[in-house]
Amino acid sequence: MAIKRDKKEEEDGGNMFQNLDKTSVLQDARTFNDTPVNPRKCTPILTKILFLLNQGEQLGTTEATEAFFAMTKLFQSKNPVLRRMVYLGIKELSNLAEDVIIVTSSLTKDMTGKEDLYRAAAIRALCSITDATMLQTIERYMKQAIVDKNPSVASAALVSSLHMSKTAGDVVKRWVNEAQEALNSDNVMVQYHALGLLYHIRKTDRLAVNKLVARLTSDRSNRLKSPFAFCMLIRIACKQLEKDGGDYSDSPLFGFVEACLRHKNETVTYEAAAAMVNLRNTTARQVSPAVSVLQLFCNSSKPALRFAAVRTLNKVAMTHPPVVTSCNLDLENLITDPNRSIATLAITTLLKTGAESAVDRLMKQIASFVSEISDEFKIVVVQAIRALCLKFPRKHNTLMTFLSAMLRDEGGLEYKASIADTIITIIEDNPDAKEIGLAHLCEFIEDCEHVSLAVRILHLLGKEGPKTIQPSRYIRFIYNRVILEIAVIRAAAVSALAQFGSLCPDLLPNILVLLARCQMDTDDEVRDRATYYHYILSLQEKGLIFNYIVDPMQICLVTLEKSLAQQVQEKSSTKFDLKSVPPAAVVTMTEDTAKEPVPEGSISTVPAKAPLIQSTVSSYAEKLQNVPGLQSIPGVLFHVSEPVELTESETEYFVTCTKLAFPNHLVLQFECKNTLSDQLLENVRVQVEASEGYRVVKEISIPRLPYNETHNAYVILQFPDQLALTVTNFGATLRFIVKDCDPTTGIPDADDGYDDDYMLEDVEISISDQIEKISMDKEAFDRAWETAIEDGFTESEDTFNLPGMGSLEQAVTKVVKFLSLEPTGLTRIADRSSVMLCMPGMFRGGIEVLIRAKLAVSNNGVSMQFTVKSAHPEVAELICAAVG
Amino acid sequence: MGGLFSYFRNLLGSREMRILILGLDGAGKTTILYRLQVGEVVTTIPTIGFNVEQVTYKNLKFQVWDLGGQTSIRPYWRCYYANTDAIIYVVDSADKDRIGISKDELYYMLKEEELQGAILVVLANKQDMEGCMTVAEVHQALGLDALKNRTFQIFKTSAVKGDGLDPAMDWLSNALQNRK
Repeated sequence: MAIKRDKKEEEDGGNMFQNLDKTSVLQDARTFNDTPVNPRKCTPILTKILFLLNQGEQLGTTEATEAFFAMTKLFQSKNPVLRRMVYLGIKELSNLAEDVIIVTSSLTKDMTGKEDLYRAAAIRALCSITDATMLQTIERYMKQAIVDKNPSVASAALVSSLHMSKTAGDVVKRWVNEAQEALNSDNVMVQYHALGLLYHIRKTDRLAVNKLVARLTSDRSNRLKSPFAFCMLIRIACKQLEKDGGDYSDSPLFGFVEACLRHKNETVTYEAAAAMVNLRNTTARQVSPAVSVLQLFCNSSKPALRFAAVRTLNKVAMTHPPVVTSCNLDLENLITDPNRSIATLAITTLLKTGAESAVDRLMKQIASFVSEISDEFKIVVVQAIRALCLKFPRKHNTLMTFLSAMLRDEGGLEYKASIADTIITIIEDNPDAKEIGLAHLCEFIEDCEHVSLAVRILHLLGKEGPKTIQPSRYIRFIYNRVILEIAVIRAAAVSALAQFGSLCPDLLPNILVLLARCQMDTDDEVRDRATYYHYILSLQEKGLIFNYIVDPMQICLVTLEKSLAQQVQEKSSTKFDLKSVPPAAVVTMTEDTAKEPVPEGSISTVPAKAPLIQSTVSSYAEKLQNVPGLQSIPGVLFHVSEPVELTESETEYFVTCTKLAFPNHLVLQFECKNTLSDQLLENVRVQVEASEGYRVVKEISIPRLPYNETHNAYVILQFPDQLALTVTNFGATLRFIVKDCDPTTGIPDADDGYDDDYMLEDVEISISDQIEKISMDKEAFDRAWETAIEDGFTESEDTFNLPGMGSLEQAVTKVVKFLSLEPTGLTRIADRSSVMLCMPGMFRGGIEVLIRAKLAVSNNGVSMQFTVKSAHPEVAELICAAVG
Repeated sequence: MGGLFSYFRNLLGSREMRILILGLDGAGKTTILYRLQVGEVVTTIPTIGFNVEQVTYKNLKFQVWDLGGQTSIRPYWRCYYANTDAIIYVVDSADKDRIGISKDELYYMLKEEELQGAILVVLANKQDMEGCMTVAEVHQALGLDALKNRTFQIFKTSAVKGDGLDPAMDWLSNALQNRK
């Protein structure tokens, strides 16, 4: 049949499914209803349906359900090819069609039947149509299947269980014993899948994982045979090692990973080596055996091994340069590798680790084939160049020329953006390179097809251009954009021009002329901007220009819009106060989140990890509006602190607290979760023992908290008038009425419950809960700092000793974390032994705060001179006192 | 064996007869299906969905669909009505409380256009249970007297013991052949 199809394909000149039409295929699907079933007719139709679904064709619920029920008729045919297509069809349609449980019995029969060919596929299909409630009915069969002698059946059951655990974790947890037994299987896949499931079930319980790994890695048990399971175990072990921290040298887990370097399977050896070099906090001596393995692979005859080795070395070149240096000779040999990807990685690795003298030679080498490699690898090259520039500032000329040549080549946005990023980094880091870099960027925007990049570069030109020796040369490039580009870029160019106008007085008259011309633009945004800038610039008032062009205020636009709308609606006679609007959230991209490694050791296809959602003030404000009893709080929500857990994570009731600060009120939001399946909680509330000065305004309780649900209780407090009293601790107790209930239905056994309470950890109110970070660049901060006293700010200063701090970095992170503010720009390290931290912030009620901390290493720890300037004397004092 | 009875096969044509086994949950439909197919009692669990098997009785081949009888599944019966030659309707004779519901479901089903030509066999099952209704009582309770324009017959059976199934199947085979 396959040959026949091939022939047909040739005749049609390609894909026989190319011109499929959904309606006609679904029409054909009615053949499924015919008796007797004709497998030779039905199988291709099913294939077509699957093809359409995989091409992203959308099926409506009715269409899908109709096709699904027609498909169920095919169960009467015993044709194995057709039956297996039916399983696939069920899996694909299971989340589109309704009432898919109709095939439960048929699939259960197939999975337990004699026909081995059907069993594994039937398990997968069955799990796709089964939800958490139905899973109980097939639980017995799943348990049997996991320990089945047939490896494909056992694997299918294990993998399906893993998928099911997403929706029915509790049920799957009960299959631990079966999974344990499957781990003893002789089959490599079953062993691997069993380990995957076991780990997944115990993932959240650190002790259990430790036990599992310890048992499997102990020398006595030689049960693990599967190389895949070994790889997985290595990953799990490394995760545990990272979590445990401390010294690896005497850890049995590290010993196990090291022992794997001598495993006879190459995959395992590589996995172990890669894992070891990627571990944090390893010493050079600890990783050296792993490097020898990678070195060996570099000389392997298999391209895949060479590639893997050089790729790993490339990754760790930054963290363990000496480690990679020892492989330099082998890497040199790989430069001329026939495989371009291997060659690229080898060169870029050498660039990262090599000496300054080698740079020119290597760059020449890479230039010879840079046009032949794919974008992805070009980015690797660019990143290597970036690292190089930071390392050897004197080489910027060679590198910059190379980059600009690359910039002129064809390439996607990501590639171009990474080049532009690199140039920008170089400009920021190396003042010598600024002029050349800006010139290259100017040239690039002359012919740039990526709008976002052009806008970014224009913004950069606006910021950096006026500070160069000859600002006027950039004007032509920028104004060209105004003439030639689309509206978005034109608007950005106008803003850039205005920057020049405000910072270079001698250019101002010319800029005004240009802006006046821009006021004729066809686009609203461009015209608005031109008019705005033209007006402010023509007033020639320094303070005004500075506050509205050079460093405009960063405020939360959503809230501003709402507040203005409210102001207009209320027609109140009071003047609108811009300070009542919270500043814009500073988007923090810490090193950790940017480089978060993909969690390894899970075989499921779940996306690595949901990205950390920035809890913005405005989205909280929106939510609070919907809670009855909370709308009445005067003022606008100002600050949202990170949630704090008030219970251990595996206890009966799980409570986290989020502190929400309003100008004069503090709202404590308690997210309560009931983890007891045999209890229904009613009238759940948190009672806080407010300390002196605080006044509890209102408590909002949760009327009903069933098992496994999370609801919010609130306590509204009024801040004390005396600011010194605001930093304090509250005792907190969870109070509720318990009703015992049936764990399966959740219906209470009796009508009346009993009162109970549960001690929570103290709620800590710190200074950071009352300050919102604002973004401000270093210069603006300095300017504000200088003029602060004139503006009526009060200064408060103190010197502290921070004992027990190992390094400056540690102290800096601690201080920043304590205040939860954002240090502006780069922290300036004057020399190795001292740091200056500048942190602007906004105290609740719109009081500006400027904080400067000078840290220096002293004999016993780190000493800090801490200075606060604020418009409100009490605030300055409070912050100073709080730090102590 | 095929050669011996080829005469009958020619008479019927090669098409398998399509038979539905219906009835309330717990009436014994799945037990009857497997009693017919493999000749013994298998342990069953409530059918969620359906079972379909090929049953050879005497010289005849049947495609037998056993549809689940739970309230939630009954609405799907109608998806499988098309091209049905005969219906075996199973009643739990010991379940006096729900005989009314069983009757309603039966008439509801018989009204369907697609089943107008189908032959009906009613099985008063579980005759081995003490205190169960007799055939006559079941006949009465289902109101079968009122049934017009329908080839039908009622039998007393005990699927567990295997009593009464053969006469019912004999009658059904004959009726199907005569209809030709």
